[in-house]
Amino acid sequence: MKMTGSQILIECLKKEGVSTLFAYPGGVNLPIFDVLYDEDEIDVVLCRHEQGGAHMAEGFARATGKPGVILVTSGPGATNTVTAIADAAMDSTPIIILTGQVPTQMIGNDAFQEADMVGITRPCTKYNILVKDVNDLAQAMKEAFYIATSGRPGPVLVDLPKDVVRAKTTFKYPDSVYIRSYSPSRKGNKWQLKQAVQEILKAKKPVIYAGGGVLSSDATQELLTLAETARIPVTNTLMGLGGFPGTHPLSLGMLGMHGTYWANMAIHHSDLIIAVGARFDDRVTGRVKDFAPNARIVHIDIDPTSIHKVITANIPIVGDAKTVLTELNQLVGASGNGTAEKFKDWFEQIEVWRKEHPLTYDQSSEISKPQYVIDQIYRVTSGDAIIATDVGQHQMWAAQFYKFDHPRTFLTSGGLGTMGYGLPAALGAQKAFPDKLVFCIAGDGGIVMNIQELTTAVEQKLPVKIAIINNRYLGMVRQWQQLFYDKRYSSSDIGIQPDFVKLAEAFGVTGLRANEAKDVVPVLEKALAIDGPVLMDFRVEQEENCYPMVPAGAAINEMVFSDPIGPGPSEEMQKAKKAGGILTA
Amino acid sequence: MQHIVSVLVENKAGALSRISGLFSGRGFNIESLSVGPTLDSDISTMTIVTEGDDRIIEQITKQLNKLVDVIKVVDLTEKEYVERETALIKINARGEDRAEALRIVDIFRARVIDSTQNTYTIEMTGSVKKIQAIINLLKPLGIKSLSRTGRIAIARGDIRGASVREMTERRGVSA
Ligand SMILES: Cc1ncc(C[n+]2csc(CCOP(=O)(O)OP(=O)(O)O)c2C)c(N)n1
Ligand SMILES: [Mg+2]
Repeated sequence: MKMTGSQILIECLKKEGVSTLFAYPGGVNLPIFDVLYDEDEIDVVLCRHEQGGAHMAEGFARATGKPGVILVTSGPGATNTVTAIADAAMDSTPIIILTGQVPTQMIGNDAFQEADMVGITRPCTKYNILVKDVNDLAQAMKEAFYIATSGRPGPVLVDLPKDVVRAKTTFKYPDSVYIRSYSPSRKGNKWQLKQAVQEILKAKKPVIYAGGGVLSSDATQELLTLAETARIPVTNTLMGLGGFPGTHPLSLGMLGMHGTYWANMAIHHSDLIIAVGARFDDRVTGRVKDFAPNARIVHIDIDPTSIHKVITANIPIVGDAKTVLTELNQLVGASGNGTAEKFKDWFEQIEVWRKEHPLTYDQSSEISKPQYVIDQIYRVTSGDAIIATDVGQHQMWAAQFYKFDHPRTFLTSGGLGTMGYGLPAALGAQKAFPDKLVFCIAGDGGIVMNIQELTTAVEQKLPVKIAIINNRYLGMVRQWQQLFYDKRYSSSDIGIQPDFVKLAEAFGVTGLRANEAKDVVPVLEKALAIDGPVLMDFRVEQEENCYPMVPAGAAINEMVFSDPIGPGPSEEMQKAKKAGGILTA
Repeated sequence: MQHIVSVLVENKAGALSRISGLFSGRGFNIESLSVGPTLDSDISTMTIVTEGDDRIIEQITKQLNKLVDVIKVVDLTEKEYVERETALIKINARGEDRAEALRIVDIFRARVIDSTQNTYTIEMTGSVKKIQAIINLLKPLGIKSLSRTGRIAIARGDIRGASVREMTERRGVSA
């Protein structure tokens, strides 16, 4: 029996186990929406802006590990997804973007709502393809899912001209894919693995530096085993949080620009860094030339381009984190490493650092500190919620003060740092897990970047709890302006803002406000007692800064812990400024 | 240092712009790039002349390999290889200059492939050095236009380069 391209597309999605489709209609994808109208197996989530929809697909993917799928129309519908595509590319999130396209014979003629999506997204997709013939559609879909989810995951865009989705052919879904030019290696090189074990046996001050790759490859158990058998402390990147239990005694918390002092000091003084699924991002390394001067580096990553890109590894191991760690664990287990005695001095030193500069804040005034709100969210959720954040100070505080014990519970935009990510990502995760508690922690700036998705929350009955950390500033920008631009708050004052409680109510969402610290817990408890979505406006100290901090251009052991005393930037900050760091918030 | 990188790539729409986009997007430098078919019409071969230190060249080859449509990447600079470039050079050729031009053509074992009353078009194939040398000698006569292919290169004798035969010996992974 012959089927139309639209029917084939939907059948392909079903074959790939897709049951949720984020979508927004328009002229050229109407044939597809027409098929979806009768489709029972696929739940269509109508977003209110394609960027929001694509972030929902990301949130869905990060929370489940399965690819998130979004269907949009050509031209503006498609270009609206580009930010989220770039975001997914940076953070290795598997999403499939299905874009409508003008009919093949009109391509290139500046037709109505035509945009060269394959051209526009070439640098920010893992792969993209314009399907020109309905007979190629099933194969293209099979390859799209395979490429998006294998190796280092990422976004794949499939561009679907209107005539292709209307044309008919017989449907046969390929059982397997073989792409001769694409074969990500999974297993680590045996010899290198043995070398890595030798390094572990020799080390006196080892640290595991674990990134998002641990989550992508579902290697949290293997990581835990390695850390516990070899007794090596673990620090996580922003993207890696939840990949190692945050409350575990061996956890050092996050490293990098706003990481913990003890994680950064441990890295700086270590003699062996085992990097797993991490890419030595500039927010992690600080000044590269002074990064971990005495450390040997074992670098495990599935993406060969990550290795030796920023830091030269002594033992490069290209492979899938889960597979490599499993192999490594066998070797380490057999080697009899791991008496608590061996690293006694090292652990003691780390404890000294831990006590020297703990993560703190001073909640003595009536007005709430932003960190206090995060702390209380951690408490009322017993550390067991999925937390999506937006981008800014609140994001860093969430990373510092919420202890993530479980994989895929922290959804955040790391590589691209996309404001507007948080709310839709939370909705995507809630859609995947209707019974889990999902929080969105956002700033008063970023929340309005995709606020329209509150309607999606209402329509889809997604009981997301949204906490706005309202400092009436583009806080992270203001912090940098305070520290590096003599407090000249150029365009970072966003005191003119909507009444968020009324705004929530206008959307049909419960709105709550906490004006003072004493209101924080009651508001949270009230929100938890409500079945549907709730938006909470937490008024917080306006000029609180996020510390500790590695100023741009500084090395990670050169952290700053508090505001400069007296007028003008502190000595450290001036030094950082002179060092010529790239000052971007 | 200059490197010659040979790339086998699926002959698909967009493959060339994926590769040139990779170079511009990541700030790698392209001196020349030439593309042509292979024995297998589904596969093209590209010769890219680029410049960079070891770290950059390593990134270039790895990033090229990471592109889904790229089948094989070989840095020929690490091997023994032969390289050629062809230039078509149209010069002013009047009166006595015609004889001078022919003498130069002869010395370089180039050829005149088009001749009018006032011009010669010369085809010169050789190493980049030789091409540069003939251009320098022809300059005084007046070069009207110049078209160069960019370098192409191939590994010597039995040394493995990026060939279609080797490629088909490779095994991919199926899912
Ligand atoms: C789309 C986008 N535009 C601009 C920025 C630059 N930026 C980074 S943090 C930030 C401030 C965010 O303010 P807010 O949402 O209030 O969060 P806060 O830092 O106050 O917690 C800005 C503007 C960005 N990351 N993303
Ligand atoms: Mg703010």
